[in-house]
Amino acid sequence: MAHNTDPEEPNRRDFLYIATGAMGVVGAGALVWPFIDQMNPDASALALASIEVDVSAVEEGQSITVKWRGKPVFIRNRTETEVQEAAGVPLSDLPDKLARNANLPANAEATDPNRGVKDKENWLVQIGICTHLGCVPIGDAGEFGGWFCPCHGSHYDTAGRIRKGPAPENLLIPPLEFVSDSTIKIG
Amino acid sequence: MAGHSNYVPQSAAAKWLESRLPVISLMRGSFVDFPTPKNLNYWWTFGGILFFVLIAQILTGIVLVMHYTPSTDAAFDSVEHIMRDVNFGWLLRYLHSNGASMFFIAVYIHIFRGLYYGSYKAPREISWILGVIIFLIMMGTAFMGYVLPWGQMSFWGATVITNLFSAIPLVGEAIVTWLWGGFAVDNPTLNRFFSLHYLLPFMIFGVVILHVWAFHTTGNNNPTGVQPKTKQDTLPFHPYYTMKDLFAIVVFMIFFSWFAFYLPNYLGHADNYIEADPLVTPAHIVPEWYFLPFYAILRAVPDKLGGVVLMFGAIAVLFILPWLDTSKVRSGAYRPLFKQFFWIFAIVCVALGYLGAMPAEGIYVTLSRIFTAYYFAHFLIILPMLGFLEKPLPLPASISESVLKGGSGTPAGAAAAPDTK
Repeated sequence: MAHNTDPEEPNRRDFLYIATGAMGVVGAGALVWPFIDQMNPDASALALASIEVDVSAVEEGQSITVKWRGKPVFIRNRTETEVQEAAGVPLSDLPDKLARNANLPANAEATDPNRGVKDKENWLVQIGICTHLGCVPIGDAGEFGGWFCPCHGSHYDTAGRIRKGPAPENLLIPPLEFVSDSTIKIG
Repeated sequence: MAGHSNYVPQSAAAKWLESRLPVISLMRGSFVDFPTPKNLNYWWTFGGILFFVLIAQILTGIVLVMHYTPSTDAAFDSVEHIMRDVNFGWLLRYLHSNGASMFFIAVYIHIFRGLYYGSYKAPREISWILGVIIFLIMMGTAFMGYVLPWGQMSFWGATVITNLFSAIPLVGEAIVTWLWGGFAVDNPTLNRFFSLHYLLPFMIFGVVILHVWAFHTTGNNNPTGVQPKTKQDTLPFHPYYTMKDLFAIVVFMIFFSWFAFYLPNYLGHADNYIEADPLVTPAHIVPEWYFLPFYAILRAVPDKLGGVVLMFGAIAVLFILPWLDTSKVRSGAYRPLFKQFFWIFAIVCVALGYLGAMPAEGIYVTLSRIFTAYYFAHFLIILPMLGFLEKPLPLPASISESVLKGGSGTPAGAAAAPDTK
């Protein structure tokens, strides 16, 4: 076999080096992945995907907190005043103009009907985790009559929308539906 | 490290070992014969103090693990079991929990000593950078350790700190879920933090070896910042600095014991004696005192990502400090302007710590913003400019000369040169 005399021209040895190196990288990656992926949520955590909640005892103006996927979920039966107050806010006053409602398209606007449960606007169901750094906001508090996060001072209005403070997003609304008149399925 | 010993093995056993593994000359070269500047003041003893505290933390930690149960159902109770039932459990736990605070007190003094005397400057940049890495691992270790008792502050501290990563665009949420091993801080989180809390101190130990190796290669800095020139400028590490460090460690132990025995919960939060409740956040959550300046920086910024970036930036800027300080003079003792800015900076850091403990509203937010701006200005504007604007004082010709003149806080007695033999 003639020797490759052109130093610019890759020869068979170069190809073997690169192919071996590439195989080594793929192998190392395949070995590392189980060590990384074992930290992701396991099958038992994923299995807690949905819960059903009986809300027949929640009167107007009352709230309950339930646990879904280890997180608190606020279920509030809002008063007429609260709904009107939230509906009367122009979109331009909202720092986050998206509804953040898992039941609607991602670009839905943060109007009150888009925040409340579909066709039952007085019901507001949201994940009770401040979108800033994950504390649980306090209900019936803050400058906008909704929720107030004590950790870093985020104020949410009666539709759970961020109005003031460091939180970047409105409180998230989980996937949900009324399976009967008095039962909500979350997840 | 080993090159400083003129050790010649005498006994047959020592010769046998030395010819196979030169560990005796390595230890002698590093910690017995090692030539150390003779003018080191007591601020230099904090390295030894830190080594002592690291060992104390590892020992108390190992025995605490013999009684602790890492599970959300049992963790809180097992810590109370340590406090009430385990023989001397109260002592071991208080030593360990207060030891963490002592570690940070000592490390902050150690860092500020380095800042004042220019220990980060050439040729000690690697030593400094390794030190910043140790500081980062320490913060991670302390944070994860604080989660283990599974009290309210443990849980909500873990929630807030892990949520910092959710500020990363695009992949933030996935990273947080990965860190948690679920959709909230829960049992998988507690278990992995326990595993890492046990691992990281040994990594600190490893980096400490590199840190010492690096400044043993360049030689110690000293209060004059002038490199030792002759044998008259140095003393063997043992017995001169072994004794000085040991004395400082004993004094530090008195301070440590005062907290461990008389104020064991002073540096903690009462809320952490309430078991973790994922549905209720305590009204006022603050991190442990040693994180407060960084917490104040986080909260000073009204934007989530911006706050997180600045908080990590406050530590990241330390990595490039050796190249930000343009002055040719190492020691702050000979830099009249730098000296003033150093103390302003120290006050700003303490003020940020105070603001981090205050609620994030009103005047506290305004002041946090001013001091955060100053923190970065110190490194990014003041230090680079001072090198050009400042006229430093004349440097002594050698360490011995400064000692004989009684300069730079060195006891006059140390002037007698013992190694003229």
